Amino acid sequence: MENSIKGEQIIQDLLPRKFKTGGKIWVGVLSAFCLVGVYAYYRQLRYGLIVTNMRDYVSWGIYISNFVFFVAISLVGSLITAIFRLVGVKWGAPLTRIAEMIAVGAIIFASIIIIVDMGSPERFYNLFLYGRIQSPIIWDVIVITTYFFISLLLLYYPLLPDLKILLRFKEKYSPALYKFYSFLGSFWKGDHKQYLLSKKAIQVLCVAIIPVAFTIHTVTSWLFATTYRPGWDSTNFGAYFIAGAFLVGAGSVVVAMYIFRTWYRMDKYITVDHFDKMGRVLVLLSLLYLYFNVNEFLTPFFKMKESEASYLNDLFTGSFAPMFWFAIFTGIILPVIILLFKQGRRPLPMFIVGIMVVVGAWFKRYLIVTPTLLHPFMPMHDVPAAYHHYFPSWEEWAIAMASLAGTMLIITLLCRIFPVIPIQETLDENHETVK
Amino acid sequence: MEPENNSRRDFLLAGLAAAGLVSGCTSKKDPFEANAEGATASGKKVKLLSVDGEVIEVDEAFLKPVPHMPPVSNEEARVGIPGKKFVMVIDLSRCKNLKKCQEACNHAHELNPGHNWIKVYPMQGAEHTAPYWEPTTCMHCDEPPCVKVCPVDATFKREDGIVLIDSDRCIGCRFCMAACPYSTRVFNWGEPDLPAEVAAQPYSCETSIPQKKGTVGKCDFCADMTRMGMLPHCVSACPNGTFFFGDMNEDSVTNGAETFRFSDLIRDKGGYRLMEDLGTKPSVYYLPPVNRNFPFESGLENDKTENS
Repeated sequence: MENSIKGEQIIQDLLPRKFKTGGKIWVGVLSAFCLVGVYAYYRQLRYGLIVTNMRDYVSWGIYISNFVFFVAISLVGSLITAIFRLVGVKWGAPLTRIAEMIAVGAIIFASIIIIVDMGSPERFYNLFLYGRIQSPIIWDVIVITTYFFISLLLLYYPLLPDLKILLRFKEKYSPALYKFYSFLGSFWKGDHKQYLLSKKAIQVLCVAIIPVAFTIHTVTSWLFATTYRPGWDSTNFGAYFIAGAFLVGAGSVVVAMYIFRTWYRMDKYITVDHFDKMGRVLVLLSLLYLYFNVNEFLTPFFKMKESEASYLNDLFTGSFAPMFWFAIFTGIILPVIILLFKQGRRPLPMFIVGIMVVVGAWFKRYLIVTPTLLHPFMPMHDVPAAYHHYFPSWEEWAIAMASLAGTMLIITLLCRIFPVIPIQETLDENHETVK
Repeated sequence: MEPENNSRRDFLLAGLAAAGLVSGCTSKKDPFEANAEGATASGKKVKLLSVDGEVIEVDEAFLKPVPHMPPVSNEEARVGIPGKKFVMVIDLSRCKNLKKCQEACNHAHELNPGHNWIKVYPMQGAEHTAPYWEPTTCMHCDEPPCVKVCPVDATFKREDGIVLIDSDRCIGCRFCMAACPYSTRVFNWGEPDLPAEVAAQPYSCETSIPQKKGTVGKCDFCADMTRMGMLPHCVSACPNGTFFFGDMNEDSVTNGAETFRFSDLIRDKGGYRLMEDLGTKPSVYYLPPVNRNFPFESGLENDKTENS
C-alpha cells in the first residue's frame, strides 16, 4: 500500500510539466536567437557565403567547428545509454533519457549546420544522385543518418512504458498532445511479450550504436585528417576526437542534470551521488583527452618540422595562444583539478565545471579548424589582404548561436513533452529497493 | 536545300582548322541554319570557298559569326581528348613577376578581381638562399587530392590529365580547397560580377565560364584552347616565354616561340615538381631559377600591396 502511494508520488514528480513563466521566457529567448539565425541564413542564401568572413584560405570557419562540436556532443548518447548499460553501470539509468535527448538535438543541428556551410545547398540532392563512396563526406552522410535513427529509436523504445503511464492522465494535457502520445504509444500494452521484444530491441540498438558512434566521430575527424595540412595530417585524429567527444558530451549532461534538478526540483531522482559519480567519469575522460592532446602536440613540437613550425608557434605562443591555453586549461586541466576533490563533485561546482568543459570544447573545435587553414603550404599571396585573417561575420555568429539555441530548444521541447527521468525504470528500481 | 546547306557548313568549318569540331557539335539546332534564325535574304551575295575547292555564293544575311567553339557536351568534357597527356613546364629563370599570365588568365576566364587562378609567389627556401618568383597554376595532379575528396564527382580527372570542375554540379562544400596542398582553388563567395551575356551562357567545364556563386573555380589548363590545338592563355601571354605547354605523349613542349623535347628539357635543366613528397604527381614541372634573365628585385614593383 505504502509502496503504491510512493509509486504515485514518483509518477507525479516525474510527469512532464507545463512551462511556467521562466520556461516560457527561456523558450522565447531561444526562439528569438533562432529567428535571427534564420534571417542571417536568408541573407546568406540571397548573397552567398560572401556574407560570412570565410575566404579562400579560411574556407571553413565556425560553421564547421560548430558541426564538429555538435557531432562530439551527440556521442554522449552512446556513452551513457549504451556503454554504461552494457558494462552494467546501474546508477546511470536516470541519466539515459537526458543523454539521448541531447544526442538527438545535437545530431539534428549537426546535419543542419553542415547544410548551412554549403555554398550551393539547393544542390544537396547531388549527394544522392552523384555520391562518390571514396569521399569522406559521403561516409559522414551515411553514418550521421544511421546514428540519427539509432539515437531516435534509443530515445523512443525506452519511452514506451512511460507513454503508457502518461496516457493515464488524459485531463492533464491538451487534446493535441494527448493525441500525439496515443499516436506514439497506444499500441503498447506492456505485456510480457512486448516487454521482452522491447528489451531485446534496446539491447541490439545499444550494441549497434557503439560502433556507429565511433565511426561518426572518427569519420568527422577524417574530414581533416585525410588532407595534407599541418595540424590535420595526423593518425591520432580519430581517437583524439572521440576522447574529446565523450568529454564534452559528459560535460553537457552534467550541465543538463543540474538545470533539471534545480528547475524541476528533482533532488530525489538526480542525487548528489549522481553528480559525484559523473564527476569521477569526467576526471577519467579529461585525463584521457589530455593524453590524446599530449600525443597530438608534443611530438610535432619536439620535431618542429618546417611545414608545421609556424602553425605550432601560432598556437603555442602566437595569435591563437590565449585561446589555445584557455581551451586546454579551462576545458581539460582545471576540471581534473577541481573534480579530484570531493567538494568539487557537489552539484554546483560540477555545474560550473560542466560549463567550463563545454565552453573549452567549443573553442577547441575552433582551434582544430581555423589555425590550420591560416597556415597553408604555399605562402598566402596574390589574394586580397582580408584573406589573411578570419573573424566570423555577424551572420556567422547569428547562425552559430541559432544552431546552439536550436539544439537547446529541441532538448527543452523534448523534456516538455516527455519525462526527463524514465518513470517506469524509476518505479521498477524503487520496487526492487523496497523489496 | 540540304546539300547546299552542307557545303556552306563545310566551308565555315574549314576556317576553324579544327578537325575534332564536328564531333564536338552536339547542339540539336543547326547553328548554321539561317532560316532557323528567321533571317531574310538581303540579295547581297558573297563568294566563299568550300573545303572541296568549290566556289559558292551565299547571301550575306545568312552569314553569321561562327561561334568561337561549339560547346562540347558535359560527357565529352569529362572524358578529355583521347591520346593526349598535357604537361606544363615553368622556367623560373625567366619570370620577373610581370603578371601578364595572370592578367590574360583573369581576362579569358572572366574572373573577378581577387580571384587569381594563377598566383605568382615570391619564394625563398631559406634565409640564405636566393629569392625567386614562382608562378603557380593548378598542378593537374595525377593523384589529385581534390578529386579524391569530392563527394559528388564535380571535380574530375580526365584521360588527358586535366583536372576540371563542373560548376553545375559542385555543391560548394570546399573539401577540395582544404585538400589541395597548392592553394590553387578559388571559391565564388558571392555572385560573380559578369557581363549579362557571359552570365547567361550555359556553363562549360572546358571554358570554366561562367563562374557561379557558391562553387569552386581554378585553372583549367585552358581545356577549350587545347581542344582547338592552341596554347593556354598564360603561355601565349608571357613575354618572357616562362611557360611551356605540350603533350607528354609527343614529348614536346612549347612556349609559342621555342619548342623543346620535354624529356630533354627536364633532364638538361634539372626539372622538378612541387611537393613531390606528398605523392600528388603534378603535371606541372619547374625549371630551377639558375642563370636568370632578370634579377629578383625587378619583379618587386609589380607585387601590388593590396594583393599581397
